[in-house]
Amino acid sequence: MTRPHHLLSVADLGIDGIAEVLRVAEAFAEVERRSMPKVPTLRGKVVATLFFEESTRTRLSFETAAKRLSADVLSLAVANSSVKKGESLRDTVETVEAMGIDALIVRHASSGAPHQVARWVTRARVINAGDGWHEHPTQALLDCFTVRQVLAERKGAAPEELGIDCFEGLRVLIVGDIRHSRVARSEILAYTALGAHVTLAAPGSLLPPSLEGWPVTVAPDFDAALAGADVVSLLRLQSERGSGSFVPSLREYTAGWGLTARRVALLSDDAIVTHPGPMVRGVEIASDVADLPRTVVTQQVTNGVAVRMAILFLLLGGEWPGGVPHG
Amino acid sequence: MAEATLIIRGGSVVGPEGVRRQDVAIGGSTIVEVADSIEAPSGAMVLNAQGCLVGPGLVDLHTHLRQPGREEAETVESGTRAAALGGYTAVVAMPNTEPAIDSAGVARDVLALGRDALAEVAVAGAITVGRAGSALAPLGELAALGVHLFTDDGTGVQDGALMRRALDYARGLGVTLAQHCEDECLAGGGAMHEGCWSSRLGLPGIPAAAEESMVARDIQLVRLTGAPLHFLHLSTAGSVELVRRAKTEGLPVTAEAAPHHMLLTHAEVEGYDPVFKVNPPLRTGEDVAAVVAGLCDGTIDAIATDHAPHAPESKDVPFDQAPPGMLGLQTALPIAWEVLSPQLSPGRIFALMSVQPAAIARLRVTDARVAGHSAHGGPVEEGATANLCVFDPSASTLVEADRLASRSRNTPYAGRTFAGAVRHTVLRGEPVVMDGEAQR
Repeated sequence: MTRPHHLLSVADLGIDGIAEVLRVAEAFAEVERRSMPKVPTLRGKVVATLFFEESTRTRLSFETAAKRLSADVLSLAVANSSVKKGESLRDTVETVEAMGIDALIVRHASSGAPHQVARWVTRARVINAGDGWHEHPTQALLDCFTVRQVLAERKGAAPEELGIDCFEGLRVLIVGDIRHSRVARSEILAYTALGAHVTLAAPGSLLPPSLEGWPVTVAPDFDAALAGADVVSLLRLQSERGSGSFVPSLREYTAGWGLTARRVALLSDDAIVTHPGPMVRGVEIASDVADLPRTVVTQQVTNGVAVRMAILFLLLGGEWPGGVPHG
Repeated sequence: MAEATLIIRGGSVVGPEGVRRQDVAIGGSTIVEVADSIEAPSGAMVLNAQGCLVGPGLVDLHTHLRQPGREEAETVESGTRAAALGGYTAVVAMPNTEPAIDSAGVARDVLALGRDALAEVAVAGAITVGRAGSALAPLGELAALGVHLFTDDGTGVQDGALMRRALDYARGLGVTLAQHCEDECLAGGGAMHEGCWSSRLGLPGIPAAAEESMVARDIQLVRLTGAPLHFLHLSTAGSVELVRRAKTEGLPVTAEAAPHHMLLTHAEVEGYDPVFKVNPPLRTGEDVAAVVAGLCDGTIDAIATDHAPHAPESKDVPFDQAPPGMLGLQTALPIAWEVLSPQLSPGRIFALMSVQPAAIARLRVTDARVAGHSAHGGPVEEGATANLCVFDPSASTLVEADRLASRSRNTPYAGRTFAGAVRHTVLRGEPVVMDGEAQR
């Protein structure tokens, strides 16, 4: 597999790349379980996080991942930076890169901003940590990683033994504000690349205007679709992007598309519920449902670190202690 | 007959009856002879037009010269230099300047800046004060200066009642309104065409219906008022069809389309390069085909560039934050030639780029109200003002952003090569462009 230069979209990885990320992440998950969860892999490398939009888990997750790989981490707090003085994104990026940064982890409210950053940098690698409605590749990768982990656990097997075959024919149902969701776009690319069948369930106003070329189907009946799902991926209603006006009320949204206690009963026993966070309890997911064992939100957060370690490792080409393990 | 001071030799004159191998002699600002072979009197300058088409100078109905207010992006001087290099002898300056051309004072300033420019500058006035869409601009005061076209371009007049009132008022003045058709509620702050690409790229889209609904509304208003209306930059198959039907009905409507809507599709946005952001946005392949078909069957009367310079720093931002617009003056004729010459004669292409736009802008005859304004749009014949475009169809145009005359660099065609090249441009008898080089 050739290492991609940047990670802007799940599509940059291809099926082999996704498989490699899952494999390497599994090895890093093992590192995380050690009493001293730190390896010297990226010693001397400098990783900067440039978050132009709010984030709790993604930023902390990337910074934790970089530190566990012994990279130096710089964190640009946009609120206190020259961006507030009118400095452009391009000048900000060029200034940060001029300090000898090896990787820029970019989150931006504008779709495509990381693509532009990738055109402006001269040598740094660019990782998309979420751009507008477009993509959030590491979230999709950690969702796949988490699903495989759960499937392996049930079989009593190690996740790496499952490879990517466990995704073949898996029925994934993505629910909610797909129109404005970067997680949905990345998940669709990742799950379908791995051979899963993806179905979307959303009010018409929260579906993308065109699904031409998308390898997905739209569920005509949400309740019926739940019964046939192996994985249910819930999305948050992106109220900060004006999604509130796309449905008559949160109450009506919850009644039609929320994972309520009644709807959970429709799921098969083995069905897994994922959510990229932050969850809004009582809207897209009932509070009780959020706390069920089948809801793997905490596991997703934990796995986020290992998956992001894998991404940093693969992009920055650090040496694996004792060689890269092969699955 | 005045003594010839400039001979255009070896070319083929493009006329309504076809293309004919002829030399053209110019004395002062006037064509003094058009003949199979003309001997140059001693002292006359000779322009080599071997293998070239000699047509009427092009007329652009839709140029953003950015002066006053955005001189870092373009000035009358730089914009008209780009125009001359593109074969244009006249441009209509759009009124979305800062301040807008919504008063006689601003109109006079722009006309004065254009007096010694490399192409003649006509101005379009705003329909509403400040282009704000709430109160009529002084159309009569502007018409008295020779302003014939009025538009709030950049936005459409959203209020249907106000648009109706403007049409009623314009009819009495004998001037023409031009509409940028876009329902702002439907457009909803979109950054590109709404469709498969906007959905995939996660960018807010502008549906074709945002344009078409205003085209449909305004056709009803033309039917209601009887006033003429010009549709700016049509970009969708639905708009072309609406205008086609309105024309069949005999309504007094005209329309233009931009070169980029004849060539580029929304797929260009894939890499999020704001150079491909334009309004109306790049549409689908079907829309492009419909625009070309509309140009070929006469539904669309003119190719207009919508030349919209933006300073580099304003385009070096995330796609959704960038202003819409692309350069067009120096690439329009080669693009039109490449796209249309398989289907249309040279005469028809010059009709779309010179004769018909000159008629829409009322530039075919000299207007005494506008000082220094001469007649455009041909025909290339004895006694006519020598406003000419000499185009070499066998040459090619390589687009190099850094070498364009505009102050801005936002061409979507950087690195592309088009068939044909503008060789000479003659403005009122003065060769302002010779062998592809501006002379001043």
